[in-house]
Amino acid sequence: MKQIVSSTETAIIVNDVVKRFNAASEPWWWRLRGGRPAENGDHANGNGTIKARRGKELVTAVDHISFDVHRREIFGVLGPNGSGKSTLIRLLSTLLLPDAGTITIFGLDVVRDEMKVKRIINRVSVDAAFFKKLSPRENLLYGARLYGVSGREADRKAREILKRLGLRESSYNSPMEDMSRGMQQKVAIARAFLTQPVVLLLDEPTTGLDPRSKLEVEAFVNELRDVHGATIVITTHDMNEADSLCDRIAIVDDGKMVALDTPTGLKRMINRNGHEPSLEEVFMDLTGKELVEKDDLTDFELQKVLD
Amino acid sequence: MIRGLQLEMRQSYAFVARNFNLMKRYWGWEAVWLAYSIANSLSVTFIGAGAGEITGESQIDTNFLITYLLIGTLVWRFLASIFNNISEMIAWERWEGTIEYTFMAPVRRFNQMLGQTIFAVVYSLLFTIVIGVVIAAFFDLDFSDADLVSATVILLVGSVSFVGIGVVASILPLLYPERGAQMTNIVQAVFLLVSGVYYPVSVLPDWLQFLARLSPATYVLEGMRAALLPGTAEQAPTTYVWPLLLMGLVMLPLGVWLFQRAEHYTKRTGKLKRNG
Ligand SMILES: Nc1ncnc2c1ncn2[C@@H]1O[C@H](COP(=O)(O)OP(=O)(O)OP(=O)(O)O)[C@@H](O)[C@H]1O
Ligand SMILES: [Mg+2]
Repeated sequence: MKQIVSSTETAIIVNDVVKRFNAASEPWWWRLRGGRPAENGDHANGNGTIKARRGKELVTAVDHISFDVHRREIFGVLGPNGSGKSTLIRLLSTLLLPDAGTITIFGLDVVRDEMKVKRIINRVSVDAAFFKKLSPRENLLYGARLYGVSGREADRKAREILKRLGLRESSYNSPMEDMSRGMQQKVAIARAFLTQPVVLLLDEPTTGLDPRSKLEVEAFVNELRDVHGATIVITTHDMNEADSLCDRIAIVDDGKMVALDTPTGLKRMINRNGHEPSLEEVFMDLTGKELVEKDDLTDFELQKVLD
Repeated sequence: MIRGLQLEMRQSYAFVARNFNLMKRYWGWEAVWLAYSIANSLSVTFIGAGAGEITGESQIDTNFLITYLLIGTLVWRFLASIFNNISEMIAWERWEGTIEYTFMAPVRRFNQMLGQTIFAVVYSLLFTIVIGVVIAAFFDLDFSDADLVSATVILLVGSVSFVGIGVVASILPLLYPERGAQMTNIVQAVFLLVSGVYYPVSVLPDWLQFLARLSPATYVLEGMRAALLPGTAEQAPTTYVWPLLLMGLVMLPLGVWLFQRAEHYTKRTGKLKRNG
């Protein structure tokens, strides 16, 4: 599968991408006839304003975001809840279609070359979705076969990965519903690692894991990059993890990119007179969600906040 | 080329194996469903046995009536099972949230549907045979004149259309996670009503008869009866193969195409997501 990948040094190009939810549009049966979405996301229905669907609020989850990810880079995306990280990951993984802008992965357009892109990517998301009554083995073999990995090979690799992540052997053949959330998350990680993706998209892969398992996942991610040459995009709410793992970090807020640099570079951006700021401080500073002190507000402002 | 074929076969097999595992893990439900289906089909067949007493007519050929109803209930079990198997799978994946992973995998929908179909046909065939064997033990029926080859051909050709209809029906839970599964039951009920499962479609009002001609089940049932109840049918069983073949050739690709359009719609509007 690796031969699809060209020799360019840029793995992912995200170019001015917009994704909105709850935008009013033609009825779906009209779409079924093959109507194409408007190319320019800003003028989706011709008259320059985009209306929300009745009873819904228009959400611009990804708002003109652009960045490049280098080959063999571990690229972090940080941001507050609802800032558009998962939406961005879904756009990269062909599960959502951009309203505007383009995304290419090793020169392949995620919309036009969908099938080729799918072959080289995989994604771990924070919700470990499985067939709950099936065992990890049954779930993993199903997932791996979809990527053309044979049952026997998948079985061998799955045992190896799960062992390293510290999953008990006995859990391997009993239903997923009997497992804790963290254990399920480990199986979810194994599902993606099994297919040896060229580009791995990780959406909060370590949320819900104990500290040792977290480190083990981080080691895995590093290994995937160092040994197998994978390119990795990861979102996380764990600032230490981001700091130690990522080569570069993009910080998004409200669908917009507010900063993009190496961890060191980001820290240099904000001034903490003298001491080096932590990534957490950088995050707080750049996402503007500083804790509002009551005393800082005038009565009028306080009234507005309370309303 | 060979590797490509192997890959695609492996993908289709993934769906077969997965569905088989699900069946195994939910064997309690399978057993309940089988018992329910046997009781249901058996009670319909007893209507035939009781026809003489109900009407007070002694001239009624009860064995003919029993066979007539038996064919109806078995064919319906088979087609409904295929329909359910195909349409419920998407609803199921939505409940579990696995749909994002299935849709993210490099699998052509055609290969997915192929795997689903292989499983659905084999499963439904075995399921129906068990019911048929149990019911046949209750009655003394004679199938010595039956044209089993034609019957099998008609059933298999007819199932292609039902796969297509199942694929179209599975769009409903894809678009409407909660209500969609309920709506597929309505679709099934309409087919039960208009296809002449337990009666000739000629007894239906004109407008329902019109719908009956659009339902592949009508042709399967008429064809099966022509093959298994010889001497009673006006036409040779093979005459029913052509409309079924035609419908299958239209419905299956149409179903897959509509499904792909619906998939595109869900990706545009973000309807696939459950949470996270
Ligand atoms: N499928 C969807 N349909 C409608 N709105 C959506 C959908 N997916 C995301 N949104 C909205 O888009 C915005 C961004 O959501 P997203 O899940 O991308 O945030 P996030 O950065 O991943 O947040 P978190 O840190 O909580 O995971 C939110 O306002 C969310 O409600
Ligand atoms: Mg998220």
